[in-house]
Amino acid sequence: MSAFTGVPDMGLNWLDASGDHAEIVLSTRVRLARNLQGHAFGPRARVNDREAVLGRVRQHADRVDALDGSTLFHMPDLDARSRRILLERRLASRELVGEDGADPARGTAVVVSGRAPLNVMVNEEDHLRLQSLVSGLRVRDAWTMVDRLDEDLGRELPYAFHHEFGFLTSCPTNAGTGLRASVLVHLPGLVLTKEISKVLHALGQVGLTFRGLYGEGSEVVGNFFQISNQTTLGKSEEDLVDHLDRVVRKVIQHEMDARQVLLRDAGAVTEDKIWRAYGLLRYARSLSFEELMNLLSGVRLGVSLKLLPELRVYTLNKLMIFTQPAHLEEAAGRDLSPSESDAHRAAFVRRILGSEGDVSPDDRPSSDERPPHA
Amino acid sequence: MKCDNCGEVEAVIHLTQIENNEMTACHLCEQCAAAKGLETPPAPASSFPLQEFLAQMGGEPARQDPAPVDEKCGFCGLTFQGFREAGRLGCPHCYTAFEGHLRGLLGRIHNSTQHVGKVYLPPDPTASQLERRLEGLRGQLRRAVDSEDFERAAELRDEIRSLEAETLP
Repeated sequence: MSAFTGVPDMGLNWLDASGDHAEIVLSTRVRLARNLQGHAFGPRARVNDREAVLGRVRQHADRVDALDGSTLFHMPDLDARSRRILLERRLASRELVGEDGADPARGTAVVVSGRAPLNVMVNEEDHLRLQSLVSGLRVRDAWTMVDRLDEDLGRELPYAFHHEFGFLTSCPTNAGTGLRASVLVHLPGLVLTKEISKVLHALGQVGLTFRGLYGEGSEVVGNFFQISNQTTLGKSEEDLVDHLDRVVRKVIQHEMDARQVLLRDAGAVTEDKIWRAYGLLRYARSLSFEELMNLLSGVRLGVSLKLLPELRVYTLNKLMIFTQPAHLEEAAGRDLSPSESDAHRAAFVRRILGSEGDVSPDDRPSSDERPPHA
Repeated sequence: MKCDNCGEVEAVIHLTQIENNEMTACHLCEQCAAAKGLETPPAPASSFPLQEFLAQMGGEPARQDPAPVDEKCGFCGLTFQGFREAGRLGCPHCYTAFEGHLRGLLGRIHNSTQHVGKVYLPPDPTASQLERRLEGLRGQLRRAVDSEDFERAAELRDEIRSLEAETLP
């Protein structure tokens, strides 16, 4: 994958399980939507608009600290698999990489910083989508980093700004701050105790919303939910970010309470499900991505409850990313049919769990008489 | 069809929601929809149904909206009808061209039309790179102090001092 040389951790440092509550929170992302003065955007942008915007980004990127020495991936110059790898690493959106079969538009690109977990999508729905993506719950940190990038880039490129409506965006749902902060949380306890719909409903009441693993329009898989702010105008960036952080911490507390309820009321069943999930991952010969995500959800719960203490959260994060179709094809060096992909996925999981995540057999009897987990 | 909430007034806003493979429909009159803030539909929203919402707006008399419906942006050529169909604006000038419509729409989406976040000043071509950088850092310092993030404020203050030292002869 020579295209990714020069990008630290190949753009994957958000997997390293380093932030707060990393066993529950996979990652935090803060993005800012920006447009440049003097060019049409979104569906009205023509090739010359897009190329002019990309040209200005190329010209000025080196004068911005975070983008000095960055890597620019021009979508039309990449093969389809490399583009899907960027999508699977969450460095580019579905819209940017082009829908299946369609070639990406000229001028669409992503600039990945070599110095910080920052990237800039160019000519997506908006001219610029500045994004920070970090591991665990670090909303403030993510905001601070992308704010700095925004200040630096905004001094080089003239953004479209309106005294009343703030930063102007293609979709009016992003106008004002242009800020969308989102946290990817794993909530199996709330799903299993059937409390999740109450929590999700409450999010709507406090101005937040949720989506699936890959953002807008995607399904919830493996009990992962992306929680984000719904509105972007009328509140300051700090207020939006702090509000999300506070609410997500409450959701995490509810999740931890739900897990204690599970252990108290259904300890043996829960423990059995976790070990069965681990067993299937350790020995299966064919795994679809959806099945993998559901099994990983059980195992992640087991790691968090210290039932599978030898496994690292980082290992689980890595399994989620490297078992996606384009990553498996990249490792195999060729295209894979769906059934081949399932076989390669299972083999990869067996190898990783065997080499760095093997869990000693636990021969204790599973019993509800054991005290609840501390 | 009467409003699901008050049961008295004719419903003009129709929302359809799919959650856990179950579809729920909700029909509201203008007042009840406004009271609910509209971006908070009865079940948790997975995304704001903007296109549907905009299409529904077409059914209302545009009494608060001064701009005629076929108004066109002079810069990119997008018509207001075109915006309503696509749900996307075409360029920064569209915000001025459709200002009256957008003020109403933004108010309904965000419960506000007044941006209170970062204030942006476009780059001053006559300022030096260092001056522009300092100006940006001073803005960040003000905001760090406002939000009581004193640790960051201290870092920014040190950075500003060291840059200011560079500007001295």
